[in-house]
Amino acid sequence: MSEVGLAPTPEDFVPDEKNRIKLSDLAGPGIVFVLFIGVWYLLSSVILPKHKRFLLPTPDAVITEGFGVWRSGERRGLQPILLSLWDSAKIALLGLAITIVIGMSIAILMSMRRWLERATWPYLVAIQSAPILALTPLIRALVEGTQRQRLLVVVLIAIFPIVSNTLFGLLSADKSQHELFTLQGASRWTRLAKLQFPAALPNIFVGLRISAGLAVIGAVVGDFYFRQGGVVGIGAQIDVYRAKLWGPELIAAIILASVLGLVVFLLFGWLAKAAIGKWHITTRGQ
Amino acid sequence: MRNERGNSSDYFSPVPTGIIESNDRGFEVTTTNEAQPLLSFDGVSMVFPDGTRALDEVSFSVRAGEFVTVVGPSGCGKSTLLRIASALEENTSGTCAVDRDSIGYVFQDATLMPWRTVRKNVELIAELHKLPKDERTRLGQQSIDLVGLNGFEDKYPRQLSGGMRMRASLARSLVMQPKVFLFDEPFGALDEITRERLNDELLRLFQIEGFAGLFITHSITEAVYMSTKVLVMSARPGRLIASFDVPFRYPRTHDLRYEPEFAELCGEISVALRGAHR
Repeated sequence: MSEVGLAPTPEDFVPDEKNRIKLSDLAGPGIVFVLFIGVWYLLSSVILPKHKRFLLPTPDAVITEGFGVWRSGERRGLQPILLSLWDSAKIALLGLAITIVIGMSIAILMSMRRWLERATWPYLVAIQSAPILALTPLIRALVEGTQRQRLLVVVLIAIFPIVSNTLFGLLSADKSQHELFTLQGASRWTRLAKLQFPAALPNIFVGLRISAGLAVIGAVVGDFYFRQGGVVGIGAQIDVYRAKLWGPELIAAIILASVLGLVVFLLFGWLAKAAIGKWHITTRGQ
Repeated sequence: MRNERGNSSDYFSPVPTGIIESNDRGFEVTTTNEAQPLLSFDGVSMVFPDGTRALDEVSFSVRAGEFVTVVGPSGCGKSTLLRIASALEENTSGTCAVDRDSIGYVFQDATLMPWRTVRKNVELIAELHKLPKDERTRLGQQSIDLVGLNGFEDKYPRQLSGGMRMRASLARSLVMQPKVFLFDEPFGALDEITRERLNDELLRLFQIEGFAGLFITHSITEAVYMSTKVLVMSARPGRLIASFDVPFRYPRTHDLRYEPEFAELCGEISVALRGAHR
C-alpha cells in the first residue's frame, strides 16, 4: 500500500523561472542607441545639404538648445514644452479611461449576443481604418468645447483594440471550462465574472497597451486641429515650432511626445505583470 | 457472469463487489448489490441533429460502491453517456435517472482555471454553490489532503505537472462529496507511471468515499484494474455488447496487473472489443 496515496514528489513540481535583468540584456538596446545617434549625426552633419541642416539639428544642439533652456520668450525652452506635454497627457489618459469603459462594455455585450457581434463588427473595423481627422469639421460642428472634441478624437482612434482584444479574450475560455460552469448551473453573470473575464485578462492587457499608445497619438494629432488660447497641447506646440522652423525645440518636443507614449506603454506592461504575471507567462513583447 | 473463478491469489475471495471499509466523510453508504442504483440508463438512445446515431438502446445501472467502466472504439458514444447523465446533452429516447445535484464530473483535461491557485481552484465548485467561506475553506482543504496536494495549495496550475493538475481536478470534484462520479478518460493524456499512480489514488478515494463511479477509458488494463464491472460498447451506434464482472477484491495493488487471472480477463475483454470494431 505504500504507493497508494503517494504524495507528489519534488520532481513533479515545475519551479518558477526567475527572470532577472542581466547586464548582457542591456547590450542590445545600447548598441541600437549608439547606432541611432550615429545615424542622426550622419544625417544632420553630412547627408543633409548645408542650407537644409536647420531641419534636423545635431543631438548636442537639441540637448543644449531644446532641453537646456528653461524658458525664453513666450514659447521657446523646455518649460512650455513640458506644460503642453502635461496638457496632452491629461487628455490622453482621460480619453483612455473613457475608451476603456465604453470599449469593454461594447465587448461584453457583443460576447453575450452573437447577433450584436455580427451587426456591429464591420462598423468597428470601419472606424478603425477611417481617417478620423478628416471628420474634423463635423466633430467641431457636433461637439462643443475644445476639450470634448479632443477627447472624442482620442476615443475614436483608440477604441478598436480594446473592443477586439476584450471580445477575443471573453470568447477564449475552453469549452470544458464552460461546461464545468454549466454543470453547476452558473448564471450568465457568474460565468462572466468568474470565467470569461479572468480568462480575458491577458488579451485585455494587450488591447489596453495598444489603445494606450493610440490614445497618446490621438491626443497629439487632435491638438493639431482642436486648440484654443493659453496652454496648448504638445501637438499644437510642435506645429508652431514646425511653422517657425525652431529645430531644437521641434525635435525636443517630438522626443518628449514619444517618451510619453513609451511611459504609458511601460506603465501598462507593468500593470499587466502585477495583475496577471503570477499565472500568465508572456516572455516576448514586454 | 465471471464471479466463479479459481482462487489462486488473495484477490479472489468471492466477495460481492463494492464493499466499503470506512466512510469518514459523513454520508451513509449502503453498499450491497441490493442497494438502489444511483445512476441508471434505461433504453437510452441518442440521435444527433445531423442524424448521427450515437447511442442505441443502452441500459445499465451503477450503485453506490460500484465502479463501472465503459470501453469501446473511438467515437462510439462513450462520452455521450456521461454527457447525458450530467444533462450536458439530452437523450432522444429512453430515460436516464440520476440525482443531478450530486454529480462529480472529471473532464479529459484538468480544466483548471489558470488564474486561480490550487486552493481557489478546488474551492470553485463550492463557490458556485454559494457555500459560506469558512465551509468552503474546510471542504477545500479536506479534498486537497485527500488527493495528497497539501503543501501545493498556493501554487498556480502552470507550476504543476500534468499528474498534479489532474489531482487538483479530482479534488475540485470531491469538494461537494458527490454520490455519483463521472470520469471522461481523465488519465488519457498522462504518461503510464503517472497514470498508474493516479489509478491507485482514485481507487483509494473510491474506497473512502463509496461513490457510484462511471469511468470511460481506452485502456483495457486500466478498466479491469479500476472496476467492479467492465462494459464493452460497439462502434457507432454505441450499443452494449458485453459485460464483465471483475472479481478482484479491493484494495488492489499494482502487482494485480501481473496476475494470470488479470491477464486472462483483459484478453477476454480484448476479444469482445475486437468484435466491437466490426
